[in-house]
Amino acid sequence: MNNDLDQKGEELRQRLAQEARATGYNLNPDLDMTSTICAGLAKNEGRYGYMSCPCRLASGKREEDKDIICPCDYRDSDLAEYGSCYCALYVSGEIVSGKKKAAPVPERRPPAERRLKAAHDIQPLPTVKSGAGGAIKVWRCKVCGYLCAKETPPAKCPICKADKDRFEEFAL
Amino acid sequence: MKNKKVTVYALSTCGWCRKTVGWLKENGIKAEIIYTDTIEDEAEKEKVVAQAKKHNPSLSFPTVVINDGECVVVGFEPEKIQEALNK
Repeated sequence: MNNDLDQKGEELRQRLAQEARATGYNLNPDLDMTSTICAGLAKNEGRYGYMSCPCRLASGKREEDKDIICPCDYRDSDLAEYGSCYCALYVSGEIVSGKKKAAPVPERRPPAERRLKAAHDIQPLPTVKSGAGGAIKVWRCKVCGYLCAKETPPAKCPICKADKDRFEEFAL
Repeated sequence: MKNKKVTVYALSTCGWCRKTVGWLKENGIKAEIIYTDTIEDEAEKEKVVAQAKKHNPSLSFPTVVINDGECVVVGFEPEKIQEALNK
């Protein structure tokens, strides 16, 4: 890692630590680990144009890697099951307090073949007319689960700040 | 410890890979570290990815391969690596 990446990584680490505190998440207290991960996120943003997970091999195509842009679609499930996200940037309160140690998390992301098939199988859902006459759909943020009923998803998720393309159409 | 060949498929950006490489160094274990994400030649990268997948179909990192597949340790698992090296 060069100095520029270290500096960008450190700025990112501080910002993410602040955001995590404000939203009920915790960054890993292992500073060497979080610094490596944040420098990795900065490196990935520089070479791919988006912050893909430093512990997963990116394709370099945003459309294929959307689910692993940090925070990834799998963070909350891994935190709930293992107390840590896949790369151990985010950890549970138990790990912060030292009651439990962060350990490697098995890969939850489906293999590429299955991801592509799932994307292909999605059928358009029915829309509902709103009072104003616009076509309303329900959109779900795949990162944090936030739902909104609008013609299009918001530019950024108001809860977790994920970009618009991380939303999917939602129906019960 | 017997002299075994150790190959690590890693990512240059990954914290668990860094811990694994650091542990190998601290313990004086010689290993070939392949930083998969930094391979610029696409054909070469594909070849390496195919090799890594052969040992670990989920293609997660680090994947530590002992003696070309005698044993494969996925993730930062020093005890498992040690055990495989002592066998």
